[in-house]
Amino acid sequence: MIRFKNYVKAENLEEAFVLNQKKSSVIGGGMMWLKVQNRVKMTLVDLSGLGLDGIEEREDEFSIGAMCNLRQLETHEGLNACFNGVFKECTRSIVGVQFRNGATIGGSVFGRFGFSDIITCLLALDTYVELYKGGLVPLDEFCRMKSDRDILVRIHIKKDGRKAAYTSQRMSKTDFPVIACCAARKAGKLYVSVGARPAKAELAVLLEDQGCLREELAKKASEGFTYGTNMRGSGDYRKHLAEIYIKRLLEALDQEER
Amino acid sequence: MEIEFTLNGKLVYEEIADDTTLFQLLRRKACYSVKCGCETENCGLCTVLVNGKSRLSCSLLAARANGCEVVTLEGVEKEAKLFGMYLAEEGVEQCGFCSPGLIMNVLAMEREEVLDDEGIKEYLAGNLCRCSGYMGQLRAIKKYLSRGEDRDEL
Repeated sequence: MIRFKNYVKAENLEEAFVLNQKKSSVIGGGMMWLKVQNRVKMTLVDLSGLGLDGIEEREDEFSIGAMCNLRQLETHEGLNACFNGVFKECTRSIVGVQFRNGATIGGSVFGRFGFSDIITCLLALDTYVELYKGGLVPLDEFCRMKSDRDILVRIHIKKDGRKAAYTSQRMSKTDFPVIACCAARKAGKLYVSVGARPAKAELAVLLEDQGCLREELAKKASEGFTYGTNMRGSGDYRKHLAEIYIKRLLEALDQEER
Repeated sequence: MEIEFTLNGKLVYEEIADDTTLFQLLRRKACYSVKCGCETENCGLCTVLVNGKSRLSCSLLAARANGCEVVTLEGVEKEAKLFGMYLAEEGVEQCGFCSPGLIMNVLAMEREEVLDDEGIKEYLAGNLCRCSGYMGQLRAIKKYLSRGEDRDEL
């Protein structure tokens, strides 16, 4: 379990940033994965007093504060209406309601966890992270960046008209995913992200050729990723799953459009 | 540091170490219904209501509960007794270790939304029980939720 000496509820982002520059400090999000780590820190910085716990719907985007919890994503009507319920789909299997009432989107994204359902889902959409010093960064670029001591303030999802679908496979209902897939479509382009391979999610963008069959598209998309083996499944098994799930997601997207 | 919060309707002031979790604090305040069953945030045994929402007290810092309203099983005796009767009628009150967490989450669910069978299962998926196959509990929960005019029988 994590131990620390001082708890500081930051009064503004600058204070949080300055505190976080020390190696002995850590930002506390929902305290989910952080809590189970065996670490000793001097200072835990809490962002919960900065009003970052809301989902704001604007004309062209959703702005989601870093301290917004996963249950809010799951139940937000505007968000789910705009993206065909993918946020409900990608959060509902994460442990339980009590857990999702605590875990934050900022923690999920900043941690760049390999098992993250949230990153997988956000990657297929037009998503940007707002960093306190780094400014707006596209999510796929952020995922490739090395972890630094900046502060994640908000997540922005553009309403660019993408239709999306999400699915995952788990050994049991509330377990980590064996594979997680999200597909989105806009103007002849397919955005496919696959996570829990078991590496962190990556994005593949494909051009949709009218003559191309779903099976071929799914095969092509699934071949764009690398797959690894761990106690939950082998790389080959994961690749096979990814291909089938991507195909099913394409079917789901077709049905939505009809 | 010093914090102040409402515990089961009573205002509490407490001097705590900065890294105390709400779970540790509640045990200290003699709320022994709250238990830590897994240490990996999976079992839901430490579930309490914080400002009406079900939360895992094992991973919520006591410092964050400052100014909040916290309710444990000790604070909902009437509802717990009634729901316990439904559990007992279905014969599913076995070792009883997981019941407090389950009851707190059922109460949160009842406040939040009306659900069908699948919805109930999904809502309560974060509450583990190692004795049962969950079917008896589901029957008890459904009967409890549809108790209708008997709502105030106790």
